[in-house]
Amino acid sequence: MKTVIVKYNAGNIRSVLFALERIGVTGIVTDNVEEIRAADKVIFPGVGEASTAMNYLKERKLDQVIKDLKQPVLGICLGMQLMCKHSEENDTECLGIFDSQVKRFESVAGLLKIPQIGWNNITNLHSSLFEHVPENSYMYFVHSYYAALGADTVAITNYVLNYSSALQKDNFYGVQFHPEKSATAGSRIIENFLNV
Amino acid sequence: MLTKRIIPCLDIKDGRTVKGINFENIRDAGDPIELGALYAEQGADELVFLDITATNERRKTLSALVTQIARHVNIPFTVGGGISSVEDVSVLLQSGADKISVNTSAFKNPGLVDELSREFGSQCIVLAIDTRFEGDDWYVYLNGGRVKTEVKAYDWAKEAVARGAGEILLTSMNNDGTKQGFALDITGKLAQNLNVPVIASGGAGTMEHFVDVFQTAQADAALAASIFHYKEIEIPTLKNFLYQQNINMRF
Repeated sequence: MKTVIVKYNAGNIRSVLFALERIGVTGIVTDNVEEIRAADKVIFPGVGEASTAMNYLKERKLDQVIKDLKQPVLGICLGMQLMCKHSEENDTECLGIFDSQVKRFESVAGLLKIPQIGWNNITNLHSSLFEHVPENSYMYFVHSYYAALGADTVAITNYVLNYSSALQKDNFYGVQFHPEKSATAGSRIIENFLNV
Repeated sequence: MLTKRIIPCLDIKDGRTVKGINFENIRDAGDPIELGALYAEQGADELVFLDITATNERRKTLSALVTQIARHVNIPFTVGGGISSVEDVSVLLQSGADKISVNTSAFKNPGLVDELSREFGSQCIVLAIDTRFEGDDWYVYLNGGRVKTEVKAYDWAKEAVARGAGEILLTSMNNDGTKQGFALDITGKLAQNLNVPVIASGGAGTMEHFVDVFQTAQADAALAASIFHYKEIEIPTLKNFLYQQNINMRF
């Protein structure tokens, strides 16, 4: 099985590679279109800013390549947000795979700290990503923007409001948290993705 | 619901974990990679590695060590110690660190915080402050606590957040190594007035001290070193205890 990690200008690729290595899988980091198309599984990671990342993808025509993929694709954090319709982060048109809007957390009476940094629980799990992952498992989140609830929501997390901590549509999966940094529960989710 | 975080801190010197008291009297406390992986397994929510090596070779050694940590540790970790440029940070993040912490270099050149947050995002920039209470207020100290400044800790923290720091790691030098509890007043002032997470550090001796820092000071995370290294408090026991005191914990 060939697992490809899409190489672009949004970090945490090393962490994803090591997380794969810990479960005995060697990932290939590439922005080569043919290699991405030929992969069995594609991971689309990301930490960074939405408009810069989208521009980078467009310049290399990777936006269309990702949208057209037929094999399972897993977007992580910014990767997931870029798979949505639109992001409020610098008013960015995204890939439009998931029918969700990406919005910024609003500080409520100064009480809400932004970005959300830390471990939060995921609920209402309904995706093969979460096989043997118990309801209310804790995952590691670092983000200022969130995907609103919608038809593609397959996990919900609360940070003042309920939002989509995972999305799924056909062969496309997305998680807002970092499974590569979420201890054994996160590792289980990566394994589940490799097994879909 | 977002949990409070328990963060063991590993001071690194020449590739080994060490621990001093009040920033002095350094003792060996084990292999950082093994210790880090053990803490992760025991339920630590994050790790902090502070490199206190002072040799010219340190940069190369540190990035190699960071790669080994990233390979073996499945929770987020922060690396700090002597970081003073965009290039330093870039190397460490590419080696696999999730966040970096800056201290003296950021104080001397506050523009570094803006530069780093713009380049890498606020979420991976932790501002570390060493502070001591003197006379009327808490003042910033530099160079591992050796150099006093006339700037108040709260004022510097506030400025750094405005410049893009994503978290504050606040160490009270009065409390560090004493095991008499965290500095609740200054920790509370920062945690309750800044809109970024505050990590309390210095003074943990009992499990009740963690209750105080989370409930009274409302810190977002608590960091400790020697009590974990010398197994005076085990992480699972601590987390269970805190959970029973209605403090939200990850298990």
